[in-house]
Amino acid sequence: MILQQCANGIFLGAVYALFAIGYTLVFGVLDILNLAHAAIFMAAAFIALWLVGTGVTLPLAILAAVVFAGLLGVLLDRVAFAPLRRRNAGTLVPLISSIGAAIIIQGVFRGLFGPDERAFPAGALSTKQFHLGTLTVGALDLVILATALGLMLGLSYVLRSTALGRSIRAVAGDRVAAALLGIDLERTIALTFFIASALGGAAGILIGLQYNSVSPDMGGRIELKGLAIIVLGGMGSVTGAVIGAFILGLVETLAVAWVGSSYRDAIAFGVMFVLLVVRPSGLLGKRALRAA
Amino acid sequence: MTAGGDLSVEHLSVRYGGVAALDDVSLRVPRGGVLGLIGPNGAGKTSLINAVTGVIRPYAGSIALGALRLERLPQHRVARAGVVRTYQNIRLFAALSVADNVRAGALRQPGDLDEAAVRALLERAGVPDADLRGRAGALPYGAQRRLEIARALAGKPAVVLLDEPAAGMNPRETGELRAVIRSLAASGAGVVLVEHDMGLVSAVCDRVVVLNFGRVIAEGTPAQVARDPEVIEAYLGSPADNVNGSSAVDSTASAAEKSNESASANSNGSSEA
Amino acid sequence: MLQFFAQHSKLIDEIGINALLALSLSISLRAGSLALAQAAFMGLAAYVGSIGAVRFGWNLLEATLAGAFAAAVVAAILALPIGRLRGVFLAIATIGFGEIARIAEINAPITGGAEGFSNIPNDAGTVAIYAALVATGLALALFGRSKAALALAATREDESAARGVGIDVAAVRLRTLVAGAIVAGVAGVLYAHANFFITPGDFGFPRMEQILVSCVIGGVTSSLGAVLGATLMTVLPEAVRFLHDYREVSTGAILLGFILFAPGGIAGLWERRA
Repeated sequence: MILQQCANGIFLGAVYALFAIGYTLVFGVLDILNLAHAAIFMAAAFIALWLVGTGVTLPLAILAAVVFAGLLGVLLDRVAFAPLRRRNAGTLVPLISSIGAAIIIQGVFRGLFGPDERAFPAGALSTKQFHLGTLTVGALDLVILATALGLMLGLSYVLRSTALGRSIRAVAGDRVAAALLGIDLERTIALTFFIASALGGAAGILIGLQYNSVSPDMGGRIELKGLAIIVLGGMGSVTGAVIGAFILGLVETLAVAWVGSSYRDAIAFGVMFVLLVVRPSGLLGKRALRAA
Repeated sequence: MTAGGDLSVEHLSVRYGGVAALDDVSLRVPRGGVLGLIGPNGAGKTSLINAVTGVIRPYAGSIALGALRLERLPQHRVARAGVVRTYQNIRLFAALSVADNVRAGALRQPGDLDEAAVRALLERAGVPDADLRGRAGALPYGAQRRLEIARALAGKPAVVLLDEPAAGMNPRETGELRAVIRSLAASGAGVVLVEHDMGLVSAVCDRVVVLNFGRVIAEGTPAQVARDPEVIEAYLGSPADNVNGSSAVDSTASAAEKSNESASANSNGSSEA
Repeated sequence: MLQFFAQHSKLIDEIGINALLALSLSISLRAGSLALAQAAFMGLAAYVGSIGAVRFGWNLLEATLAGAFAAAVVAAILALPIGRLRGVFLAIATIGFGEIARIAEINAPITGGAEGFSNIPNDAGTVAIYAALVATGLALALFGRSKAALALAATREDESAARGVGIDVAAVRLRTLVAGAIVAGVAGVLYAHANFFITPGDFGFPRMEQILVSCVIGGVTSSLGAVLGATLMTVLPEAVRFLHDYREVSTGAILLGFILFAPGGIAGLWERRA
């Protein structure tokens, strides 16, 4: 029984991780809390849904929607954040700007697809299940886990071993110094948004598949949970976000199994609040706050 | 006149982690006195100001204003007791008006400052023509420094610690600063002047304390300190390292003597324009 | 004229309540404190006031006082753990607090849970709402000229320098949080009594976002701006009904427009003309 819950927790954690990585990446590089991340999460799910509806095969639809999410992220930065960078606007202003962008994106998709919940067309999703001893695992779950892990490994490779990854880490460490070293700031930032938003979009698609439900409001809950995860993992730390996501996925699933589901969400926020008060740098965060 | 008493610092030690920023430092600033605090960069001068004003808590030692012990008080209480400072990197309330910045300095006093009082303080600080309603952040650099001093004066302080107030000022402005510091001392406040400009230090300070690596290595009148071999070594390396005939310290010492002469000349006659 | 008023009385009430909420946030923002807990205070007070009215027969005044008091107490307690937090960390912590409050409201037995709490006496009319708004506005205007307001502004500008002139920054932050909570609490009770039905979802993050947007559009440190911003944000969705499901786009576009081109908000625009 516990094994089953753990497995479920891991599947949940994997998707949480994909979402949280994008959040923390942007925060780490730009010190911005991008509240439009959840809107892109939702938008990608709708694009995948729509593509599948027009007959595109699922893997291709996922790929196209992920790329769409990445591009939407770049556009988001161009419109909502880049102008603010130019005028040195502080940290509250980009946050509000991201809210504005999120509202626009939500409004567009609500208008295009209507406010109701939608499901993937019958037959598009595999319902096959595997049985390994006491474990029951769906084929869909495995695909989701594999995709999530694959994307995370891909990101890890990029960050560790490519020039782009080095640029991103440099800009995250010290923007001014990075610019002085000749790093093209705007290009690095745009690519960071592409990656972060693509991952967030992937999370949206996978969650949409997992629960077979896509709606314009689906970003709302995960947006706030994502905050809890990146605080737990340490804001700005990608590894921390992944660890935090899996921890939260496991703890939530196990807690629901044992204690019941009504307080499930409170776990995330309770942990987050306590951490912020006691250890704001989280597990691996580089940014301990300083009282002014 | 300001109330409060002498500022006395005794056996003060400040540590960051395991590193001693200040080690067994003692000094005294009498009412109406001007104490210079000099030393190479990193010697602990700003740490001392931070400790006195309550920004950081000392590891050991005591800080007192008259009979009032300060070392355990939070920053705002120290300010309320009448110990104020200016900052190495100017910390004005940039988006607020010039007048509001001055009024903010007087918050610890009952009542409020009217326009005339604000003007008077700006004049005392050497920036009489500033637009009261203008944004403080829009002032030129030198005026901002002097506005910070006006803000410090507004609360009728007992002790004022000036952290490199002459940085970035031209000689004329520095001369005006001398007058401001002297008038401050004349009103009964104690002044601690952290500076690198030796001419200014020599001109206004009654006594000078020299820090290096967190310890006091010399104290005395400006002229005495300028001749102290340990001070010379701290700033310049040992005298044998000097290839040129005259060292910078020699010229500092003579500057000290010259300004002492002109200071006594000034006090005899009326002050020059 | 009277007919217009009657036709739109619901909207007018909504404007009043949203204006109160925007004012409550503006108090904290004026001290530079990004404490996003007003929606939570609103909700807590709404439940306290409503439960009191339904269970104990409190009238509107009693319910409002009780609700505001409850909000103030919670704010005073909350101020302690969040006292050292700043900026985005403070924002996140208070958002988290809001979620915890919302979940508590869902699970507490007396609140009726997620389906909501109903049968609240419908005795909060436009007069009550606007009386509260005017009173709050006057109080803030009077406050604005005082030394305390200068202390708030200085705290917002530079906390360390503020301490350096003797301002007790921790006390300032506590007081602004409690004052904002009281105003938000009043708004919450009035909201409940104007709608006779509340659910925990009314007081969650979407509400908090709405309040924040109103303040930003109005001009973060201006009381009049907060009221105008709230008015605009309340009226706008009604005015663009013809956009149907695309309605939100106009809200988002206006917000983005202000951020990009008029960051001082409505108040900033006004000052530029002068």
